[in-house]
Amino acid sequence: MGRAWKFGDNISTDLIAPGRYYHLRSNLPELGKHVLEDARNDFAANVKPGDVVVGGRNFGKGSSREHAVIIIKMVGTRAILAKSFARIFYRNCINNGLPAIVVDTDRIDEGDDLDVVLERGLVIDRTKGIELSFPPLPAVVARLLAEGGLVEFIKRHGDLPTTERGVA
Amino acid sequence: MAGETLAERILSERVGRRLQAGDIAVVPVDLAYVQDGTGPLTFRQMEAMGLRRAANPGRTIVFIDHASPPPRKELAADHVFLREVARTHGLVLSDVGGGVCHQVAFESFVRPGDVVIGADSHTVMGGAMAAFATGMGSTDVAVAIGLGKTWLRVPETMKFHVSGSLGKGVYAKDLILKVIGDLKTDGATYRAMEWGGPAIARMPMHERMVLSNMAVEAGGKCGLIPSDAETRRYLEEHGRGSEWRSIAPDSDATYAAEIDVDAAALEPMVARPPSEDNVVPVTDPSVRRLPIHEVYLGSCTNARFEDIQLFCDVIKGERVAAGTRLIVTPASREVWRQALRAGLFEVLTDAGATIQSPGCGACPGVHGGIPGDGENVLSTTNRNYVGRMGNPLAFTYLASPATAAATAMHGVITDPREVM
Repeated sequence: MGRAWKFGDNISTDLIAPGRYYHLRSNLPELGKHVLEDARNDFAANVKPGDVVVGGRNFGKGSSREHAVIIIKMVGTRAILAKSFARIFYRNCINNGLPAIVVDTDRIDEGDDLDVVLERGLVIDRTKGIELSFPPLPAVVARLLAEGGLVEFIKRHGDLPTTERGVA
Repeated sequence: MAGETLAERILSERVGRRLQAGDIAVVPVDLAYVQDGTGPLTFRQMEAMGLRRAANPGRTIVFIDHASPPPRKELAADHVFLREVARTHGLVLSDVGGGVCHQVAFESFVRPGDVVIGADSHTVMGGAMAAFATGMGSTDVAVAIGLGKTWLRVPETMKFHVSGSLGKGVYAKDLILKVIGDLKTDGATYRAMEWGGPAIARMPMHERMVLSNMAVEAGGKCGLIPSDAETRRYLEEHGRGSEWRSIAPDSDATYAAEIDVDAAALEPMVARPPSEDNVVPVTDPSVRRLPIHEVYLGSCTNARFEDIQLFCDVIKGERVAAGTRLIVTPASREVWRQALRAGLFEVLTDAGATIQSPGCGACPGVHGGIPGDGENVLSTTNRNYVGRMGNPLAFTYLASPATAAATAMHGVITDPREVM
């Protein structure tokens, strides 16, 4: 379904959307040409729709810049898999309807053919012939993802996904 | 039932029912803000969501600080848009020269017990005011502005109990760098960091702000410090004494981890590129006498009046070493005015410094001191990632204002205890 692009630990938002392109934040198609440029400079030009970004620990650490998530999604990335995510980046992914999946990525290699089945909590590595399972997403996260992110959710419902006692 | 951590206390109070770590809750937002790098997207998202007005315009702030004054026309266009939004929605505007969002918010807006949501990761600095302050992305902040509330998971808390006294030449920056070096940059992910103990009780507010500010560098959701007599002193000094109230955790609160730190055992620390957790003492052979081309005294972390004063006390009468440049960006207009009145600009000018208008300056790599290829920067800021200061081929070392001053004098990384 999609090809794995392998990244290491601690991929910061500065590596994804560098400060030297600050002036392109209101011009996302141009900013997207530099996505992840300081982590590896072959990604932006070669990523294909449906591809999967695969990181290690603490993916998306650093600033709150949501542009980092938006441009990763904009170039066609279908999901980000990582051993762990930085907190703000994780929320930004969900709010933009981009699955951010916590899973052990050690067995996935660059170029592997991957499929992500959210409903079953599975990453299927067709190249390796293995399945990697991940725990079910929290209810609020699953709901926001299912509705395409926070913007779509608010447009449709006009409010946060809340219940009497909290969020669902 | 066990007692409350600071995070549980603040959120329980605001929601009006007892919340515990792990609960997911909708909470009212007492202060929301954006800056010029995140604000344009925030307001475009508000429009996309059909949120036509701010729930609390007088408690919603638009800061122009990251690219300020703008170095490019594209950024000037973002500023024009933000000013127009602030005008039409009746929001508070802090324009060019006002200062870094977190510093200005702290001086004039953040109150003990507030829930503060900012579209910038260092919003956590508000924790030094015992506010539940955390950074979020533009879309989350758009909702916080439009609906006056947000959802969040009540975090588990790591408690840092600090005893002893910081030695000569050792500051809160050295303490937080040591802690981040031990925890690593994801050691507090999703958690609150809470500070206590006699060393924190004695610590002045401008130093507490450093501890809260860099909570996010360990992945923390917030960096909380009780509201006490020092909090009251700070608020009174800012003409906001009536906003003070005491907020403290319960002694029987449940913590995910409790960590004891002996302040007396700490040394001046340096975080080496490319990560804030790559920390060694300033005496380590990997950094000692390392040539530095640019010394940067700036950012929400360490560019307050007391930081500039400390820098000047160390460097007083000396000039910056040949081959090293010194750039100073006061964190806010208030800081600028204090430094001006105290004669610090004269000391800095005599030293050969370039002094820039209040704002983020060189920290986020947009303008105001982008280093050249292969150059080393010693910076009082909070991040040293590849490319952070605008050039992926330069190297940033993080340290305290005292270490920055000693380094500026000698042109190589220098232990401030050698010159103090």
